[in-house]
Amino acid sequence: MSGIDPFALAAAGLMAFGLYGFCVCRHPLRRLLAINLVGNGVFLALILIARRLPDGPDPVPHAMVLTGIVIAVSATAFGLALIRRQARPEDDGND
Amino acid sequence: MTEALPVLLVFVPFLAGLGQFVLGRAVPWSQQFVSGFNLLLVLLLLRAVAGGEPVIADLGGWGEPLAIHLQADGLATLMLLLTAVLAVAISLYAIPAFGGHARSAWQFWTLWPLLLGSLNALFLSRDLFNIYVTLELVTLAAIPLVLLAGPRKTVDAALRYLLFALLGSLIYLAGVALLYAQAGTLDLALLPAATPTGSLAGPLAAALIITGILIKGAILPFHIWLPAAHGGAPAAVSAILSALVVKAAIYLLLRLWTGALEPLVSIAAGQLLGLLGASAVLFGSWQAFRQSRLKLVVAYSTVAQLGYMLLFFPMAVTAAWQGAVYHGLAHGVAKAALFLAAGNLLYYLGQDRLEALRGIDRPLAVSLLAFGLAGVSIMGLPPSGGFTAKWLLLTASLQTGQWWWTAALVAGGLLAAGYIFRVLRLAFLQSAEPAERRDGPVPGRLMAWTATALALLAIGLGLISAPLLDLLGDIPGGGS
Repeated sequence: MSGIDPFALAAAGLMAFGLYGFCVCRHPLRRLLAINLVGNGVFLALILIARRLPDGPDPVPHAMVLTGIVIAVSATAFGLALIRRQARPEDDGND
Repeated sequence: MTEALPVLLVFVPFLAGLGQFVLGRAVPWSQQFVSGFNLLLVLLLLRAVAGGEPVIADLGGWGEPLAIHLQADGLATLMLLLTAVLAVAISLYAIPAFGGHARSAWQFWTLWPLLLGSLNALFLSRDLFNIYVTLELVTLAAIPLVLLAGPRKTVDAALRYLLFALLGSLIYLAGVALLYAQAGTLDLALLPAATPTGSLAGPLAAALIITGILIKGAILPFHIWLPAAHGGAPAAVSAILSALVVKAAIYLLLRLWTGALEPLVSIAAGQLLGLLGASAVLFGSWQAFRQSRLKLVVAYSTVAQLGYMLLFFPMAVTAAWQGAVYHGLAHGVAKAALFLAAGNLLYYLGQDRLEALRGIDRPLAVSLLAFGLAGVSIMGLPPSGGFTAKWLLLTASLQTGQWWWTAALVAGGLLAAGYIFRVLRLAFLQSAEPAERRDGPVPGRLMAWTATALALLAIGLGLISAPLLDLLGDIPGGGS
């Protein structure tokens, strides 16, 4: 990785945008999206880290990204369900 | 045989929770077996670890770079013991507490074993990424539990908790990625030797990891999600969250600081963490004193009490190490007792405004006894566990010549006495008319006495500290 790697720049940018969004936005949906931006930045950084070995990519960061994506998807789904519930305060029952 | 114990500690609760989910209805007694079996496993583990050697389970028999190890040393075993003891008490308490509501009971008896298994896995993890996964499991099992108090009341608190928890774990993961890029390993035992020092990336990685954990642990600037979530959840859940879930984050901080991150941390960072801790003690206690609802008093008290554990970092001597960990144990037991007792008052009154507590001492004498006894440990009066912990921290602050932490300890204790006695004063105040407003039923013996048993244990921790501190041992890596 000599010079400025565009992917590294993108990863840092995604994390920075996400953190900025989390601090500035009030609406939970925007905050959830901001968190997903941070997450994608971190995952991109991990993929970059996997590239650093001379002989082929390092499998460990790849495994971390895959696990991380699974966790991010389920946590985002849970967050969306909560946001939907919050938007319908009259509904206190089951779904 | 002993290598199987860590594995069973993770898988038995997970299987129980999944089985409960598949079954589709609540079977409270089966969970009593699980928490009892869990305690038995931890006691067997305790016997194995007491020899001084950690128990290590090598999952799948893989070699060093790919291996996933589960490891139980003194610190992990103590946390497992705290979790197991509280699990037995809280599971018993939850039988009547969730008795009448079929759906929320099923949800509770599904999520609670999953949370127990996740906590066990977190304490037993030995690599940074496994810790990330278990942290997320803990979060995703804990937040739905908050919602059991009724979605209408708690959805805001749960959502805020989730957003902060997710942000915290991603910041943690960013730190882990940065650290892996330099060290090429995630194993806690291999990291200190593999981490190159001198570059800027190492301390940055450590800072990210620590910041992520601080968000998860609700330490002062990041505490804002805690009071609403812990105050709004059902009592049994509040006890689990306050006594165990946030404690798990602080446990992680203690473990990483003295192990994997040891080459990267500086004295200045330790002082900064101590400052955050001391501010949390003062701010949290003050806020607890100002609240008008009982469960918020107890929740803000958690913000304060977690701060004491951070006082280890600036001092870093044996007494501070033992004091911080012992404070974790004592606060865990006492806070669980406080929340269960507060839950009993809420159960009877149908609300928890402090003003409504007047004259409640006659119908709810046992629960108030529990509240008072647990309060003794929170204030740090002898002979309670809280006293032992604070005494060790005081000794450490005088040993290291950092007297200003003593001031925070003393002020925190006084403020704690203030908010505990404020509640007790109202409860024992004899109003003109006798307490006739029976909005709810009197909590049964099981609910009253589990809270009292935990409160008595919080006092008793002051008397049985020697074997527990022996098990904990000195700071890993020697310390100063």
